[in-house]
Amino acid sequence: MLEIKDLAVEVDGNKIIERLNLCIERGEVHILFGPNGCGKTTLMMAILGIPAYKVKKGRIAFKGGDITDLPTNERVKLGMGMSFQHPPEIRGVKLGDMVNIALGRKEAEIDESVIELGKKLNISADFLNRDVNLGFSGGEVKRSEILQLLAQAPEFLMFDEPDSGIDVGNIELIGDLISKLLDRDERPSKRERAGLIITHSGFILEHIKPDRAHVMLNGRIACSGRPEEVVKHIMDDGFERCVERCVVEGVC
Amino acid sequence: MQEEISTRAYSAKDKKALLGEDVEIEHYTAETEEHDALTTLSEISEEYGQDLRNVGIEPSEKDRSGSFLQRDHSVVFSAVRYPGLEIMSTTDAVKKYDWLKEYLWKAIPVDTDKYTAEVALCQTHGYFIKVEAGSKVAMPVQSCLFITSDKIRQNVHNIVIAEENSELHIITGCSVSHSVSSALHLGVSEFYVKKGAKITFTMVHNWGDGIEIRPRTAVVIEDDGVFVSNYILATPVKSLQMFPIIYCKGRNARTSSQSILYATGNANIDIGSRVVLQGSGSKAEIISRVIVTDNAKVIARGDIYGEARDAKGHIECRGLVLSNTSEIDSIPVLKATRRDLDLSHEAAVGKIAEEEIHYLMARGLSEDEATSVIIRGFLNVDITGLPDALAKETKKMFDMSLEKVM
Ligand SMILES: Nc1ncnc2c1ncn2[C@@H]1O[C@H](COP(=O)(O)OP(=O)(O)O)[C@@H](O)[C@H]1O
Ligand SMILES: [Mg+2]
Repeated sequence: MLEIKDLAVEVDGNKIIERLNLCIERGEVHILFGPNGCGKTTLMMAILGIPAYKVKKGRIAFKGGDITDLPTNERVKLGMGMSFQHPPEIRGVKLGDMVNIALGRKEAEIDESVIELGKKLNISADFLNRDVNLGFSGGEVKRSEILQLLAQAPEFLMFDEPDSGIDVGNIELIGDLISKLLDRDERPSKRERAGLIITHSGFILEHIKPDRAHVMLNGRIACSGRPEEVVKHIMDDGFERCVERCVVEGVC
Repeated sequence: MQEEISTRAYSAKDKKALLGEDVEIEHYTAETEEHDALTTLSEISEEYGQDLRNVGIEPSEKDRSGSFLQRDHSVVFSAVRYPGLEIMSTTDAVKKYDWLKEYLWKAIPVDTDKYTAEVALCQTHGYFIKVEAGSKVAMPVQSCLFITSDKIRQNVHNIVIAEENSELHIITGCSVSHSVSSALHLGVSEFYVKKGAKITFTMVHNWGDGIEIRPRTAVVIEDDGVFVSNYILATPVKSLQMFPIIYCKGRNARTSSQSILYATGNANIDIGSRVVLQGSGSKAEIISRVIVTDNAKVIARGDIYGEARDAKGHIECRGLVLSNTSEIDSIPVLKATRRDLDLSHEAAVGKIAEEEIHYLMARGLSEDEATSVIIRGFLNVDITGLPDALAKETKKMFDMSLEKVM
């Protein structure tokens, strides 16, 4: 579904990603590990085509077509969506408005259908009327992001640290929703959607049971493998050393 | 008395205003034909009716407790539908009520500048609105100052008095017909909010790119009085300078103002207000949202002077600059002359954050759609201090004004 070849990405003139290859098939969920600042968020932003993240080299293909030069909203139309790690605040634009936009309903009221969706994330009607991300707690940002993805219902979903800052009362809920959004409840042969998740916690792993895991180091995928094995190596030896021990599978 | 006013006005005839570019008053004619009075407001022509609706004036008078319409130099309609409420031409009111001289030019010195002098020397009506003590007028009063003759100057003097414990909601629309290519509007407005009274004043300006405007406004608020103002300007204008002064004179006198400006073309706008907190425990809030584009220039002012115990004031000015040839100067001023008070301000001026555009694009909007959602959100201030129905109507009126320009 997603195929990245020899990607190089710059932010503000700094090379952040280089020679990166990644393949994600329909029905698969991959996990992306890596230390802070290694370029995980940058990779997702580049896949989504956010202009500040400039692709200097390589190609990104989605559902068989080259999307490297497509604007973000065109990629979204093709079926991509992302839950942001640090989304911006927009004054005067309510979370409920964002949900309507994600539903493809422009200039709609925050009506019953929006309120019903909100309930799935323990988000109240009052909260839907707050300016998006303005004064949201860490956990509220995550729930708001997942709510918007729920409305958007894309085929390929990226989650950038969806579980950090979530309180224990909501973690199961988030896990279940992500799982559902990624068709994890279906038998593997029936799974239509695919995804990429950045996480630091074991919770998502247990809940989603991803198909593959990658470790990113200094802007490259340094190793890939079965999630349990990759996690074990990271646990035992840390990010740097784990790379020496796990198989590097750079190509698709 | 009248003589003294005239003498002082005469002496200020050539006195330039402290703010705003100088307007040549003589450039506009003081003479124009008188218009016939209407028996009902709905008699107005379809074309003019639309001009009125654009500034929140309802020709059907539905949900209004009174109406006033001045066309050029003629008061063509004035009606009251609520006991305890009075509406008429200020010129007539001065003749009718001798006591009115206690209010005339008491909040604004007649020799403030050449514009106040001009209004005193060559007044063309204006509205007088008064609500008696204890009377709470639920539905708003609508008043409209309308220019339909080319090259004229309209010199109105408005007086609004809310007696003790009364409540009054005013919608004022200033409008100009398309056929007018240039005109000057001078408006002196004096508001008196007595003890425990409340006035809300919602004003929509709809001028044209050849119109110059110099309103002169002052508000005096007594103990526990409240003055709320909502202002919107979203259509072109040549030059506009106004700087209302609000005196929170009494104990716990309160005022809040919200302005929305969308300046386009070659507009030259100098706008803001000053609140003087003279009463102990008095409060002020000045909120503005300014967008400039094309070659427009806006100076957004906000002054709060704290002079009394436990006074509280806050200024919030946000501006968005949409073109490289437009400009916003935000000038907040806080002046405290004692220590037991609390004044603050918050100002932010800049372009639309790309990050916000891209976030919206990540939810499926095109760049243009995203930009317009952000602009609309930016201008989306909560209308506070108005009764629910009026707040909703005001919100709609504001949305409609913005809809047309975006
Ligand atoms: N907008 C930006 N401007 C400048 N540098 C950035 C920007 N975004 C990310 N970076 C830099 O790029 C590197 C990778 O960042 P990021 O992709 O956010 O890492 P991760 O998500 O793995 O923690 C970091 O060194 C970070 O400081
Ligand atoms: Mg990150």
